[in-house]
Amino acid sequence: MSEILVLIDHADGSVDKSSLELLTAAKSAGTPVAVFVGTAEAAQQAAPTLAEYGAERVLVASDPALTEYLVAPKAELLASLVESQQPAAVFVSASPEGREVAGRAAAKTDSGIITDAVDVTPDLVATQSVFAGGYTITGKVVKGTPFIAIKPNSISAEPSQGAGSVEEISFSPSDAAKTARIVSVEEKPASGRPNLTEAAIVVSGGRGTNGDFAPVEAFADAVGAAVGASRAAVDAGWYPHANQVGQTGKTVSPQLYVAAGISGAIQHRAGMQTSKNIVAVNKDDEAPIFELADYGVVGDLFAVLPQATDAVNARR
Amino acid sequence: MRIIAFVKYVPDAAGDRSFEDDNTVDRESDGLLSELDEYAVEEALQIVSQAGDGEVIALTVGPEDAEDAVRKALQMGAHKGVHVYDEDIEGSDALSTSKVLAAAVRKVIEDEGDVDLILTGLASTDALMSVVPVQVAELLGLPAATQASDVEVNGSTVRVRRDGDTASQYIEVALPALVSVTDQINEPRYPSFKGIMAAKKKPLEDYDLEDIDLDAAEVGEDAAYTEVIDITARPPRQAGEIVADEGEGGQQLVDWLASKKLV
Repeated sequence: MSEILVLIDHADGSVDKSSLELLTAAKSAGTPVAVFVGTAEAAQQAAPTLAEYGAERVLVASDPALTEYLVAPKAELLASLVESQQPAAVFVSASPEGREVAGRAAAKTDSGIITDAVDVTPDLVATQSVFAGGYTITGKVVKGTPFIAIKPNSISAEPSQGAGSVEEISFSPSDAAKTARIVSVEEKPASGRPNLTEAAIVVSGGRGTNGDFAPVEAFADAVGAAVGASRAAVDAGWYPHANQVGQTGKTVSPQLYVAAGISGAIQHRAGMQTSKNIVAVNKDDEAPIFELADYGVVGDLFAVLPQATDAVNARR
Repeated sequence: MRIIAFVKYVPDAAGDRSFEDDNTVDRESDGLLSELDEYAVEEALQIVSQAGDGEVIALTVGPEDAEDAVRKALQMGAHKGVHVYDEDIEGSDALSTSKVLAAAVRKVIEDEGDVDLILTGLASTDALMSVVPVQVAELLGLPAATQASDVEVNGSTVRVRRDGDTASQYIEVALPALVSVTDQINEPRYPSFKGIMAAKKKPLEDYDLEDIDLDAAEVGEDAAYTEVIDITARPPRQAGEIVADEGEGGQQLVDWLASKKLV
């Protein structure tokens, strides 16, 4: 079987779920080879998990420049591995960084790239959902080494034991790649809520909150949801941009999406209309969000959400 | 300080986007400057005005109406416009599009002199083209910092803030560089009457592939690195159940969620 390189995302050796999904996709199409950027210690910690999900080999690149600079050094690493390992394909997570690393590496190796794939077949045909989920495209890379960026949460990770043999590789990025330096990082206070793009449930508020997100947050906490916001709410300064769902914010595809006080402009729908179930609460029965809703309540969110919060808590 | 702002090289989400019969994106259905590109133009204008001198060149690739995007940028205050179009470009995929943009930038450098910064807006929802900015940077051998919520030029470097979910990153990039900006970065100006009048006299160059010295064999559908096998429109969502809140709306909502095993 031909090998498929999988770029692993991890935090100090603790492997992201999305990377396990990539390994599962790679396993169905060939032999997964994990590309691990980090210290040898972190790699040792991650190796058993990577092996459990099918990695035959774990290639470890530990040059510190790989993580001190944005994107370009990792792209050089992938390009050099494409050269030396001749893989059948390279899989990355369709995170902003994953896309950029793959985009650059594809340009370096004169290869095609497919981003935001939601599925990949054993013969490397990728499915994409584009234009806000309005269309589904299948396609494949026909030139160079296929680079495929797969959306987190779209493939379920299945354990499948691989050898997981760890190999240190010597790689140092060129000076040309060391140009966008990460000078500092300011951590934000943790919200204690799930990550917006990974959450099974998202509860979002819009203009209808009039700036008071308390009922939205209370309902979100009752159902264990992440909190989202429409662009109108973010532009008004009511909620942080990091929580914005829509074209210029996050794209989410949870099991359940609750839109409270959100009219459902195309800009918002672009970010949420592939959600499995959509619930809308809005005073305006003409709001376009109701066209998408599996269940809608025409009413005041300040009455409906607190009652719903109590009802959920009462079920405990 | 010479800045190139890329305008409208992706279909606008606010327009009605679709595919043509030949499986290429219908890029003629809406005109005007893509709203997201206005942030790049605005930021370019602010940086040049802070620098005290320099110019902003608005560059677009696309059919006839893409020129409208350049005109809008000129009305906002950009100094020059460049419109690249050639029938052979149609059907280009991400990497081929990137090659056209990179070649156009080289042409601008040849004609006008060195460029310090390339600014672009976000291309967040068009999965087909989201890698174009970094690929252009790669082809030009430039560093890139994407999704900037703040941009500060200090001499030969640019400092960028990126707001992530759990942290904000500060990135320092040596010029020349490519930076993509979010819609949080500024408040784009409206063209003034004076700006609209002045724009009519500003230079707007039209280039085809020969002008930018790019071989037609490198672009278009035949040169594409990816091949579309099939396109299907998503079936419209089935109409759901809508109830009016008569005092029990919250309870009814939770009953429905429970019936779907969602709570």
